[in-house]
Amino acid sequence: MTVRRIRAAAAVATLVGAAACSAPGAGAGSEGAADSVVIGVASEPDTLSPLLGYGKDGNSKIFDGLLARDADMKLTPALARSLPKVGDGGLTYAYALRDGVKFSDGEPLTSADVVFTYRTILDAKTNNTARSELDAVKEVRADGDDKVVFTLKYPYAPFAGRTVLPIVPQHIAGNQDPNTGSFNTEPVGTGPYVLTGWSKGEKLTFKANSGYWGGEPKVKKVTMAVVKDDDVRATRLRSGDLDGAVLPPNLAATFKGDGAKTTYDAKSYDFRAVTLPEQNKVTADRAIRQALDAAVDREAMVDKILDGAGRPAYGPLPSDDPWFARGIERPQDLAKAKRVLDQAGWKAGDGGIRARNGLRASFTLLYPSGDKVRQDHALAYASDAKKAGIEVKVESATWEVIEPRMKNDAVLAGLDSSGDPDFGLFTLLHSSLAGDGFNNMGRFASPAVDKALDTGRRSQDTDTRQAAYDTVQRELVKDPGYTFLTHIDHLYVLADRWDGLTTQVEPHEHGFASGPWWNLQDWQPKR
Amino acid sequence: MTSPLWAATGRLVGRRMLFAVPVLLAVTFGVFAMAAASPFDPVKAYAGTAALRADEQTLERLRANLGADQPFTSRWWHWLTSALSGDLGESSVMRQPVTQVIGERLVWSALLCAVAFAAAVVAGTVLGVLAARRPGSLLDRVVTSLAYSLEAAPVFWLALLAIWLFALHLGLLPAGGLTDTASEQVTAGQVARHLVLPAGVLAVSQLPWFTLYVRQGVGDALAEDPVRGARARGLSERTVLLGHALRSGLLPVLTLVGSRVPELITGALLVESVFSWPGIAAATVEAATSVDFPLLAALTTLATAAVLVGNLVADLLYGLFDPRVKFSDM
Repeated sequence: MTVRRIRAAAAVATLVGAAACSAPGAGAGSEGAADSVVIGVASEPDTLSPLLGYGKDGNSKIFDGLLARDADMKLTPALARSLPKVGDGGLTYAYALRDGVKFSDGEPLTSADVVFTYRTILDAKTNNTARSELDAVKEVRADGDDKVVFTLKYPYAPFAGRTVLPIVPQHIAGNQDPNTGSFNTEPVGTGPYVLTGWSKGEKLTFKANSGYWGGEPKVKKVTMAVVKDDDVRATRLRSGDLDGAVLPPNLAATFKGDGAKTTYDAKSYDFRAVTLPEQNKVTADRAIRQALDAAVDREAMVDKILDGAGRPAYGPLPSDDPWFARGIERPQDLAKAKRVLDQAGWKAGDGGIRARNGLRASFTLLYPSGDKVRQDHALAYASDAKKAGIEVKVESATWEVIEPRMKNDAVLAGLDSSGDPDFGLFTLLHSSLAGDGFNNMGRFASPAVDKALDTGRRSQDTDTRQAAYDTVQRELVKDPGYTFLTHIDHLYVLADRWDGLTTQVEPHEHGFASGPWWNLQDWQPKR
Repeated sequence: MTSPLWAATGRLVGRRMLFAVPVLLAVTFGVFAMAAASPFDPVKAYAGTAALRADEQTLERLRANLGADQPFTSRWWHWLTSALSGDLGESSVMRQPVTQVIGERLVWSALLCAVAFAAAVVAGTVLGVLAARRPGSLLDRVVTSLAYSLEAAPVFWLALLAIWLFALHLGLLPAGGLTDTASEQVTAGQVARHLVLPAGVLAVSQLPWFTLYVRQGVGDALAEDPVRGARARGLSERTVLLGHALRSGLLPVLTLVGSRVPELITGALLVESVFSWPGIAAATVEAATSVDFPLLAALTTLATAAVLVGNLVADLLYGLFDPRVKFSDM
């Protein structure tokens, strides 16, 4: 603690010195200034208004939620003074607001802002795509100026995890149409940074919020440059135009020898899996599913396709997640795959492809065109399946083409389940959501899994929930309606000018909010 | 003399504006119809990556909110009536009013096009005159063959080549954007530096047309009687070339000015995307692929208007420069 404090003090001293020496207007871009950073990302948000979904999972820079997540993804208080008081058998969540928090325009935060934010998102006229994440909410009301109470329709254990959602000022956003108003491009929040400019498709610039309740950040100026092309991003990083960037594994590897830059390898919940549709006679067969699950060489996929930047996926949750069911790890077992198929009556036919009662063990696997990583996964999957006598015809297509076909054809999907197991698993596996938009794409249906998912969602007791999600994961081994392949690491390369940088375990979406810059406000310049 | 000319000009402009009304109606209707027939789904485009995990209810709610469930004819009529009352509507994909989207971007596109066009006309004229002066000379052959090769080169390929050479290889000019990445202010100096490559590429892609037309026009004029007469009177070669041959040789170029405007606009779309220039190109592409009717309609109207105005200006110039042409015949 003391060491860190000394180091921080020294850093501040250096900063003051640096600021005094540098010519006015020199600003960022000048090599080595630790008070500014230019980050290259692949995409930008469609909107900066949390009312339409910006920053709903936290780390939004401009805003804060009632709660936030720390480096270990544990919930911590942010705009709330403490974690919520859960009452009425898990039906009410009460939050007391932190004192003295102001929006960057100087107006104080009150419970009315929180109520306004949630009510606007829940309004059916607001075009928020993630509104269903708040399905459990029946009512949100203010209890005095500094207390907010949520009432739920049913007990929903992971609800607190949803309240990382950013809070917007009612006195600004309340006067305009949430769908098209200027708040979408000129946001005002309580967060550590204030937006100074947004040139769409080019970059976003931020400056530190001097009145931030958590203390003014040391990094004063932040630029998020939007560079779609991976190669261009790498080139601009090399030329010094960017200080840091998100990169695919092969390009990140080219910075290994660069002493002035560090590569961050972030573990993630981001998995690649093959959906095995319930309506297709071949993929619905349990023996075929088990054989595919046994035949795939996950280790080889991690080594060859991901250059080692990833982990084998034995289920939807990564093996170091606290909710991971121990002991479901399983190696490639071709003999088992063949045995299962033989026992189920799938006999080898012409060309080595098995068949049963005239039905060939053959199906189509679609992947979104242009996605190299998914393409490689699909091809490796097909070649592994072939060894067991199952034919997988790999085709690329756009999502417009894939969507109507996904109830009959397998899809190489990329999904996650971060935050709480309920968030990803319920929509992925529950039979009530089969074929509901992009939820449960393969229309997986298993009464045992449904029951466990319902228990996990409603029970407040951690042990009961753990047991329920254990059941879900073990059922998926027995009847693998998805063949889980890999969890993908996200790679970032960043100039080595700051101390103590960390990465969270990241969701599927990454680059803008995730990455070593998830907690930019806490970065300490290196001495 | 002047007043009948002005009156004729006025009548021509008036006629053209009347003619523009059905053209614009047909074009916007056609755009709505084509967008509706395209495989793109406005709701999915609106939701972006979030759509890939959205449930059916959310998608249906968005469809109703965005009005995407109505037939395109009624949406076109709705757009038309509100546009006539000055309300261009709101762009769903940009989450902004259409006027704001266009307002923010139009100036940068206009700057790019204007600089490129001016450069192409000036450089094309100079090269054309030089080539026409001695047909068959080394200079003529070099200029002509270069012009034909450039005419065949796709503009995005030229753009990538220019980035590779000037930005990556030589490191002389920035590869893209309007200003330096870390800069917050838009300063004239930075914009000028960032403008060189995109405007240069766009100018080079238009250059061969002007060069070849001028070369042909001036070359023909040099063989005509007035030029022979001027030479016979002992006027200097310079006066003959610039005062007589160029003047009549430029006439076909005026037609070209009008007809190149559509090419310039499509070229600008490609150049803008390659150089991440924050103009209307990115907005056009996004509006088209996300079936964002209000934005798409406004942008098409704008492009159509630019083409019509380009043709009108070319005709007016022609009438002013060539006394044989009467406005009443156009």
